[in-house]
Amino acid sequence: MLILTCPYCGVEADETELAPGGEAHLKRETVGASDEAFEDYLFRRENPKGVHFERWRHAYGCGKWFLAARHTVTLEVYGTYPAQTPEPPKDIVAAIKKRLPEWEGRG
Amino acid sequence: MKRYSAFAIAREALRYHTGWERAWGNPEPKKRYDVIVVGAGGHGLATAFYLGKNFGITNVAVIEKGWLGGGNTGRNTTIIRSNYLQDPSAAIYEKSRSLYETMSQDLNMNVMFSPRGVIMLAQTHHEVRGYQRTAHANALQGVETTFIGPEKVKELVPIINLDGPRYPVLGGLWQARAGTARHDAVAWGYARACTDMGMDIIQNCAVQGVETEAGQVKAVNTSKGRIECGKLALVVAGHSSDLAEMAGFRLPVESVALQALVSEPIKPCMDVVVMANTVHGYMSQSDKGEMVIGGGTDGFNNYTQRGSFHHIEETVRALVETFPMISRLKMLRQWGGIVDMTGDRSPLISKTPVGNIFVNCGWGTGGFKAIPGSGWAMAELVAKGEPGPLAADFGMERFREGRFIDESVAAGVAH
Ligand SMILES: Cc1cc2nc3c(=O)[nH]c(=O)nc-3n(C[C@H](O)[C@H](O)[C@H](O)COP(=O)(O)OP(=O)(O)OC[C@H]3O[C@@H](n4cnc5c(N)ncnc54)[C@H](O)[C@@H]3O)c2cc1C
Ligand SMILES: [Zn+2]
Repeated sequence: MLILTCPYCGVEADETELAPGGEAHLKRETVGASDEAFEDYLFRRENPKGVHFERWRHAYGCGKWFLAARHTVTLEVYGTYPAQTPEPPKDIVAAIKKRLPEWEGRG
Repeated sequence: MKRYSAFAIAREALRYHTGWERAWGNPEPKKRYDVIVVGAGGHGLATAFYLGKNFGITNVAVIEKGWLGGGNTGRNTTIIRSNYLQDPSAAIYEKSRSLYETMSQDLNMNVMFSPRGVIMLAQTHHEVRGYQRTAHANALQGVETTFIGPEKVKELVPIINLDGPRYPVLGGLWQARAGTARHDAVAWGYARACTDMGMDIIQNCAVQGVETEAGQVKAVNTSKGRIECGKLALVVAGHSSDLAEMAGFRLPVESVALQALVSEPIKPCMDVVVMANTVHGYMSQSDKGEMVIGGGTDGFNNYTQRGSFHHIEETVRALVETFPMISRLKMLRQWGGIVDMTGDRSPLISKTPVGNIFVNCGWGTGGFKAIPGSGWAMAELVAKGEPGPLAADFGMERFREGRFIDESVAAGVAH
């Protein structure tokens, strides 16, 4: 059972209280972008066997979107942070490196 | 290889079963193969089989990190049907279904194909219209399906509750020629046939890297060493993104866990497969009498081969609503598989950015039914370097071109 802490209301929410929203930190494309760039944005995914940065919504709580860093094989959670953060924050990266020294960062 | 037959059983009975041959070999890898197929699931093995059978290419290895059929092929609930909506899907799934009809003879292995019929229940007016549309589309595609009313549903499935508390049964899409088969036997049958053609099935051998030179594949690095290849077919379902990363490209695929469970065996009570997409569950009865149950995928990327616990509750709740008599059944086993989901719920049978690497994946929650047809189409792609008519629409460039093969309705409940 996956438990994530909502960074807004501080609630330790069980996954049944949350709605998953897929890969985080995607670069949004807009008018004038190439087909290739749109394909990347809309469909191509890192889908790593390892650390995944992802969007979640505290659907049955405060209703807000937030981001999480999680391992896709062990389901270990390295931390959660507000949705407005453009890059993984330093403390989250440090928490990951502490557990996985050989981790090379987002793919 | 000696053929399996009633005569062979009698012969072996007389000599205490000492004369049976190994069904497939356990070779050490050679230095080089014309084609390496990664993944000894149904799709990888069928690809190898048709490379030999249709194109005479037999210097082939199938490399598997675990045991053959130990991925989704040995974990699925074995529903075989071809009542999809879009023409490219109907073509490949119907080809596949028809190949299942003769698979036991073709492979000389009893795969227990049981064309018992599949009903997809319509429980909202939206679903009624959707399935009527599918039935019309199927008529044009030459796939035999009919939309049936609730009385006919009850006649086919006496244990069903038509007046469920939330969603009464308003009808269903019925495919009489659809059914189930023995999943392990499909993998074993292909493995035996491939061995018979001189191919190597190499188990307990994980591919850990892909070597390329000037944009062309050269070799794979495995836990049993480096093996060179002329062509490389990646057929690893939920692990496709992992292999693609080794080869240096990214796929429009995400991996999630899908679960199934079986009950204790009971007397025969249901001789068709019933899928209830609105309440989200499906059920059939195995030859041993177990009720085979499938349900939801996790909503988030993972490789845990286990699945979240609450999905079991959701699935079982949906099925108790649909079949009240199962409410006291004990469940014996539960398991998960890692399925590979694409944005349009259709597979990729595709060239890749690297020369002579081909990929077959994205079958997601419903690729057991597609094994022979997919192997047929993939073998053609690998042998000729260009897709044939069955695979042509399933290239991964369709996402860039906006040419989706949208099967989100036909794929409905995960199966
Ligand atoms: C619970 C469940 C129920 C399902 N029910 C149905 C159903 O009713 N009907 C239906 O049609 N489909 C169903 N499916 C889907 C179906 O099982 C799959 O689409 C199909 O089996 C995929 O076959 P495959 O050969 O592509 O993959 P797999 O059988 O998963 O084979 C891929 C193989 O690749 C190997 N591999 C991975 N990485 C490596 C590596 N690095 N090196 C070497 N080998 C590697 C794996 O070990 C695995 O054996 C279900 C799936 C699940 C999980
Ligand atoms: Zn909250």
